[in-house]
Amino acid sequence: MANEDFEPLIIGFCCNWCSYAGADLAGVSRLQYPPNMRIIRVMCSGMVHPNLVIDALTKGADGVIICGCHLGDCHYLEGNVKAENRKEAIELLLEDFGLEPERFRLEWISASEGPRFAKVMREMTEAVRALGPSPYKA
Amino acid sequence: MITLTIDNKKVEVEEGSTILQAAEKLGIKIPTLCHHKSLKPYGACRVCLVELTGPRGSIIQASCVYPAQEGLVVQTDTERVLKTRRIMLELLLARCPDAPVIKEMAKEYGVEESRFPKKNEDCILCGLCARVCEERMGVGAVSFVNRGSSRKVAVPYDKHSPICIACGACKVVCPTDAVDLSEVTLNKPRPILSEYDMGLTRRSSIYIPFPQAIPKVAVIDRDTCMHFLNDACKSCENFCEANAIDYEQQDEFEDVDVGAVVLSPGFEQFDPDLKKELGYGRYPNVLSSMQFERLLSASGPYLGEILRPSDEKHPKKVAWIQCVGSREVEYNYCSSVCCMYATKEAIIAKEHKPDLDCTIFFIDMRAFGKGFDSYYERAKDLGVRYIRCRPSSIKEAPATKDLKITYQKDDGEVTTEDFGMVVLSTGLRPPLAVRELADKFGVKLNEHGFAETQGFAPVETSNPGVYVCGPFAGPKDIPETVMEASAGAAKAMALLKDQRGTLITHKEYPPEKDVSGQDPRIGVFVCHCGRNIGGYADVPSIVEYTKGLPNVVYAEDNLYTCSTDTQERITELIAEHDLNRVVVASCSPRTHEPLFRNTCREAGLNEYLFEMANIRDQCTWVHMHEPEEATRKSKDLVRMAVAKARLLEPLHKGKLKVNNEALVIGGGLAGMTAAINLADQGFKVHLVEKDKDLGGNFRHIHSLLSGDDPQEELAKTIERIDSHPNIDLYSGSEICAVEGSVGNFKSTIRHDGTEKEVSHGIAIIATGAGEYEPTEYLYGKDPRVITQRSLEEWMAESKPELQNLKSVVMIQCVGSREEERPYCSRICCQQAIKNAIALKNIRPETDVYILYRDIRTYGLLEEHYRRAREKGVRFIRYEENQKPEVSVKNGGLGVSCVDPILNAPVRIDSDLVVLAPAIVPNEGADEVGKLFKIPLNQDKFFLEAHMKLRPVDFATDGVFMCGLAHCPKSVEESIAQADAAAARAATILSKDEIELEATISEVVDENCDGCAYCIDPCPYNALTLIEYMRKGDIKKTVERDGALCKGCGVCMATCPKQGIFIRGFKLEQLGVMVDAALEGD
Repeated sequence: MANEDFEPLIIGFCCNWCSYAGADLAGVSRLQYPPNMRIIRVMCSGMVHPNLVIDALTKGADGVIICGCHLGDCHYLEGNVKAENRKEAIELLLEDFGLEPERFRLEWISASEGPRFAKVMREMTEAVRALGPSPYKA
Repeated sequence: MITLTIDNKKVEVEEGSTILQAAEKLGIKIPTLCHHKSLKPYGACRVCLVELTGPRGSIIQASCVYPAQEGLVVQTDTERVLKTRRIMLELLLARCPDAPVIKEMAKEYGVEESRFPKKNEDCILCGLCARVCEERMGVGAVSFVNRGSSRKVAVPYDKHSPICIACGACKVVCPTDAVDLSEVTLNKPRPILSEYDMGLTRRSSIYIPFPQAIPKVAVIDRDTCMHFLNDACKSCENFCEANAIDYEQQDEFEDVDVGAVVLSPGFEQFDPDLKKELGYGRYPNVLSSMQFERLLSASGPYLGEILRPSDEKHPKKVAWIQCVGSREVEYNYCSSVCCMYATKEAIIAKEHKPDLDCTIFFIDMRAFGKGFDSYYERAKDLGVRYIRCRPSSIKEAPATKDLKITYQKDDGEVTTEDFGMVVLSTGLRPPLAVRELADKFGVKLNEHGFAETQGFAPVETSNPGVYVCGPFAGPKDIPETVMEASAGAAKAMALLKDQRGTLITHKEYPPEKDVSGQDPRIGVFVCHCGRNIGGYADVPSIVEYTKGLPNVVYAEDNLYTCSTDTQERITELIAEHDLNRVVVASCSPRTHEPLFRNTCREAGLNEYLFEMANIRDQCTWVHMHEPEEATRKSKDLVRMAVAKARLLEPLHKGKLKVNNEALVIGGGLAGMTAAINLADQGFKVHLVEKDKDLGGNFRHIHSLLSGDDPQEELAKTIERIDSHPNIDLYSGSEICAVEGSVGNFKSTIRHDGTEKEVSHGIAIIATGAGEYEPTEYLYGKDPRVITQRSLEEWMAESKPELQNLKSVVMIQCVGSREEERPYCSRICCQQAIKNAIALKNIRPETDVYILYRDIRTYGLLEEHYRRAREKGVRFIRYEENQKPEVSVKNGGLGVSCVDPILNAPVRIDSDLVVLAPAIVPNEGADEVGKLFKIPLNQDKFFLEAHMKLRPVDFATDGVFMCGLAHCPKSVEESIAQADAAAARAATILSKDEIELEATISEVVDENCDGCAYCIDPCPYNALTLIEYMRKGDIKKTVERDGALCKGCGVCMATCPKQGIFIRGFKLEQLGVMVDAALEGD
């Protein structure tokens, strides 16, 4: 399965206030990470419908990551708590669709954590690379 | 202009350009060691070789000196070029086998070892040092000497140069770090230390002051810039592609007519260098607290790693020393913030490295603010050690650079401990330059240099119309600073109420084009951002690719899409190509979306028909070594943005009429103050007080440490309320129902069984707090045990008993700082000291004891603590687990406790025991909270929108708070917060209508089946389940309050039926971005 040459494609939903800003900071700090992530900006991690995650994975994305503010720091009080509550449901859906749980992650990254953003992106890319291509890949 | 071909790509350059410059324009990288943009081409290193092909064969030439010529055909990566470069690198490697830059470049070309004899030089004779010294600095201190194999760069006669100015330019430009300035000159170079990194790093003379600078542009430090000092250098202008460097720029002076001034010059850090005994400046691992903040920062000198400056290794143990420059003979005030920032630094340091040993040496732990004591407890739980001792000096162990601290342990034993790093918790002091400012505005300063203010007017200076806020009026932390800032604004607004709005000019935009029913016509603008994008990704190919995407009718690249001329160009292109969607691929929408949206509006396009692709911060900057991947990813990001742009719809911000009246709940000092300020600003105020009398807790305060008379102030305040034409007072009344939201509330006031409804645009909650009724220390059982409040009343009545007291014991923290109420009541220490001093003034022979846990006389209150000690008030500390005991023996009252200095039990006979009971939240707070849907914290005080930055706001718009309902605070602090709440309220009341967010939720009635899943998760209570009749049936659906919704989208992600969405972030809009991302793979 694992393939050295395989370059996974990962969709990242990043909240506007913390993790998208953290991604910007990684850039400003010139922290290098693998070019496998395609970031979609959302206002809050709590905005990401589970269907979006499952659709992405069943249409061929090799991984999906949702990034939000740290618990307690949500711009909208507790949208990230809602995102966390949905995590379990998403994981059950992954199982139903025959997808490895490692293909989905939920991470908290603050606006000041550029290094952490880069690290999480590296980890996610390597984890998904190790799994090999999505079984739904055409 | 000249056209030539490099690597099969045509490029146009100006006459006189070199091949290297032409290649750079194409983004083709040619290696070089001796080229410098601000120096004349020199052709010394020969690494930049390229192949020129012509009809008579090909030649190898150095691209940095070879002029571009019409029709020239250049190849930069042929086998011959690479082979020749390899030989050059081999020769360089033989000369300087240890120079990292050469080793790295050689390795890039596959050269690991040189076949030529090694010379162990470190200079490659590129001449950059001599050239920059001569050409740019106009000095000529170093130059080439000798010929042939003995050629070298040297100072004449190999002596120290008499003309070198030690500017360091030679050292900066040298690619191999071969310059040793001490060999060149006896002058000492003066490194320019970064102010932002608190001297831990260096900066250049042209620099961006700090990462979040606004505007984020470079500035020139005239005091160190060689151009301004010596009329030399001007190198930076050769590097600025935007031609933005203007050496002629002058300071501009502007006169403004103003009616009020708010002074907020902030504070300066106490200079730790003044405390020589603590080793700052002498020992590299002794840092100031501000330096440690930089160490913790992800953008700091070690990118957030806690490393010792001496060896850049992780320390195992870090110590903080409190009160450096505070609470001393010459700085007789407490800096208020250091206990908490040291605690915060220790907690964050432990988050970085959990096994780090953090120790804080302190005198009193002053965790007096809201939530501070719980934070202090959390730090202790995390293993932060607190040692109650102030070390007198620090010594360094020379071999390890560890620091030795000698201190006294709790049990009295003196011990010495080694720490890897020591942080000095330096205090706050007024900025040195503030005296001039104060003189200019006629503001009196106190003995410490802080602005003098009055007790009942905490932001007013000695000069009417000049207000102060923040640490300029005394040390304080962020929430208090923010409150005072708003309070200053409130005062200024009341003073200038007739002038409100007179300076506003409204921007005019062309009428908005109707794009409904039109197919998307998308224009895409791809930014080079100088070389920030174009240097790593192939921008022209991104543009070409974009032109092929469906609905894209126009695409182009710009050197800077954000420049003013490009903005004008985009406006013209929107009209020319009838664009109805705009995509910009450049930097982050977080910084530049507002600019481009405004450009769309200038062109008559709805601002929400705009989308951005972040191909710089999230692409080229993070994939700098993978140009192909960066290009591919940029194309993907543009395709995703275009996909979303196709589905964008024009959005409009809703508008809401605002009712300009205010409701203030609570007629204590805070409520009255807020009401008076709003009324003074010209707004009608409904003031509701549940008691029949105004004043609340303030009625029981009879003296203040400042010497001001509270009862006189109370009478004046009540008189102002009674006589103010803008205030309607409802005493003996309560609020029993509230509906509506910001701008339009309706509340029902109940008085004596009758109800009245009032409409108002905002509400201020000032419901106050109560006093804990002690059950301990024989309170209520023995009449000689009373509270501080009663003592104050006795003194106000001049009770004769006070003349005969031999001994009075005061016990602090009664009901505060324990399990049930883990917070500090903040004002009891000052109150006890105030009353103790008063007792001593009545009868100096009376023995007064204060049994305390920490004396928390923060800020300028510290001087009263000292005054009390000077008057003979005795302070005895007790631990939470060894509380004093009050008992009666043979009819005599006495207090037993353990004296920590003697470490032995003592019993103090006393005629009177005075308790300092906790401040407790009002029982009615919960009810008011429910009416306005505003939350309480775990201690049952109201919870603000943000602890630091929005201390008087609630997360619910249009509701504010002040006074004890927020947390325990003093009279001055209540007044400041009340004015702050009034200022915040006025930001709404002063408008006729408020603009609502456009990107909020919208219900799709056809899809909504009224399951109500979305209602509870909404953090703003913006959704209500309603029923209405549709075609003879009851239809359930959800209604959204546009004034409450903030657009977080939790509802959208909860809905199983797509019955609600967020405008601008619809599921299908996000979905097509996913699809577009997957298309490229």
